[in-house]
Amino acid sequence: MSQPLFEYLCRMGDNALVLGHRVSEWCGVAPVLEEDIALANVALDLIGQTQLWLGLAAEVEGKGRDADNLAFHRDVWDFRNLLLVEQPNGDFGRTMMRQFLFDGWHLAQLQALMDSSNDQIAAIAEKSAKEVTYHLERSSDTVIGLGDGTEESHRRMQSAVDRLWPYVGEMFLSDDVDQEMMAHGIAPDPASLRAGYDTLVADVLAAATLKRPEDDFAHKGGKTGVRHTEHLGHMLTQMQWLQRSYPDATW
Amino acid sequence: MYAQMIKSTGQGVKSLDEMEPEERAFQERIDAGGKIEPKDWMPEGYRKNLIRQIGQHAHSEIVGQLPEGNWITRAPTLERKAILLAKVQDEAGHGLYLYCAAETLGVTRDDLTRDLLSGKMKYSSIFNYPTLTWADMGAVGWLVDGAAIMNQVPLQRTSYGPYARAMVRICKEESFHQRQGFDIMMKMANGTEAQHKMAQDALNRFWFPSLMMFGPSDAESVHSAQSMAWKIKMNTNDELRQKFVDQTAPQAAYLGLTIPDDTLKLNEETGHYTFAEPDWEEFFDVLKGNGPCNTERLEARNKAWDEGRWVREGLIAHAEKKRSRKMAAE
Repeated sequence: MSQPLFEYLCRMGDNALVLGHRVSEWCGVAPVLEEDIALANVALDLIGQTQLWLGLAAEVEGKGRDADNLAFHRDVWDFRNLLLVEQPNGDFGRTMMRQFLFDGWHLAQLQALMDSSNDQIAAIAEKSAKEVTYHLERSSDTVIGLGDGTEESHRRMQSAVDRLWPYVGEMFLSDDVDQEMMAHGIAPDPASLRAGYDTLVADVLAAATLKRPEDDFAHKGGKTGVRHTEHLGHMLTQMQWLQRSYPDATW
Repeated sequence: MYAQMIKSTGQGVKSLDEMEPEERAFQERIDAGGKIEPKDWMPEGYRKNLIRQIGQHAHSEIVGQLPEGNWITRAPTLERKAILLAKVQDEAGHGLYLYCAAETLGVTRDDLTRDLLSGKMKYSSIFNYPTLTWADMGAVGWLVDGAAIMNQVPLQRTSYGPYARAMVRICKEESFHQRQGFDIMMKMANGTEAQHKMAQDALNRFWFPSLMMFGPSDAESVHSAQSMAWKIKMNTNDELRQKFVDQTAPQAAYLGLTIPDDTLKLNEETGHYTFAEPDWEEFFDVLKGNGPCNTERLEARNKAWDEGRWVREGLIAHAEKKRSRKMAAE
C-alpha cells in the first residue's frame, strides 16, 4: 500500500510543484502590477502545497528523504505531474487558460480529497481547497475577461484553449494507483470528476464567448511518468541546478 | 538611495520672512512636525519634487524585482523559493503603494510608467548591477535592503502624509527582507568552501554599489537643503552612508567575510568607521545608462509592458462591455 500511496502523493505534489514553478517564471514581467502580485500569490500557494504533499510522500516512503530531496533530486521519469502543468507559459492568455483548466479540476479533486479516509490527506486538501477556490475564481474571471475583450484578446484565448485542450483528458484517466486509492477510500475515481468539470468549462467558455474544442483526444503519460513532454527536462535543469551542482551544500 | 539625485527648485531655501502668507503657513506647519495632506495647499516645487522622489522610489521597487526575480526559478530549496518569491511580491506591493501615493499629487501611474519606460525617469542605480550567484540574493537583502532601510526609516516621519504612511508599511516588510538576506549570507558564509567563496564574491561586487545608493556627498547641495527644509529628505547622504557602514562592518566580521576596502577602520575616538569612497565616476556612468544591466532592465520592462498591452486592452474592453450591458438591462 505504501508504494501506490507514495505515487499518489507525488502526483499531487508534482502538479503543485511544476505549475508553481511555471507561474513563478512570470515574476516581475506580468502585463500589469496587480497581475504580478496575483501570479506570485498563486505560485506561493502552490509551492506551499508542494511542501505539504511531497513532505507527506517522503514520510510515507520512509527512506529518509524529504520534500526538497523529492523536488530537487528526481529526474524526469520520476515526476508524476500532469502534462498540462508542464506546458510552457506562452503568452499571458495561455498561462491563464492553463491555470483555469487546471484549477477547475484541482478544486474538484481537493474537495473530494477532503473526505479521504486518510486524515493527513484530508487536512492538506482542506487547507489547499481554500486557496484553490480563489485561484479558480481569478482564472475564470480572467479567461472570461480576455475571451470577451477585444478581437485580439479573443483570438489569443481561443488559440490558447485549442492548444491546451489535448492535455485536459489526462486528468480524468485512471490506472492501478487510482484503483488502489479508490479501494481504500483515499481518493475519488478520476472519471467521477468529469461531468462537473465539463459543466464548469462550458459555463466559463460560454461567458468568455469561446468555443470548446470538439476533439477530446487526450495526450497521456505525465501522471504515470511514462512519457513527459520535452519541456519538463528543461524546467528541471534550471530548477535543480544548484542542488545538483553542489550536492554537499545546505542552503 | 531608492531616490537619488532629486533636484528641487535649485533656488535655495527661503526664510520664513521671504514667504507669502500661504507658503509661510505651509512651512510653519512642517516645522512644527505637522503633515501635509493631498488637498492642502502646497508650493508647486514641493509637489513636483515629491512626484519625482516618490516616482523614482516606486520605479526602483518595480525594476528591483528583476535582479531577484532572476533567481526565483533557480532557488535551491522550496522554502528559499517561497521566501524569495514573497519578497519580490512585497516589492511589487511597495511599488503599488508608492504609485498610489504619487497619484495623490495629480499624476497617474500610467504617466509615471511611460516616463520610466522612455528613460526619462530614473530608478536606483543599484538595480543596474547583475545578480550572478545565489549568494547575491543574500547580499541584496543584507546590503541593498539594509541601505534602503537607513533612508526609509526616517522617511516614516516625512512631511507628506500619504508618503509617510506608505513608508510605515514598507519599512515593516523591508526589515524582514534584510533579515532573510542576512540569513542567506550566514548559510553561505558558514557553508562549504564554494559557498563561502560565493558569499565573499557577492560582498566584493555589492559593497561599493551599495555605498553609492546614498548618492554623492550633498552637504553643500541647494537641492538637499530645500528637500530637508520641506522634510521630504531627513538626513544628508553622508550621514546615512556613515550609519550604514557603522552597522554593516561588524556584521561582515561576524560572517567571517572581508569588506573589500583596505582603509576601513574603526575610529575609537568617534566610534565611527573610516572608509573609502566609491568610484563616483562609475556611479555617474550608471546614471547615464552605462551600468552593467541598464539596457537589459529597461528592455525587460518595455517588453513586459508592450507584450501586456493586449491584456490590458482586453480587460478594459470587457469591463466596458459589462458596464454597458448592465446599463441596458436597467
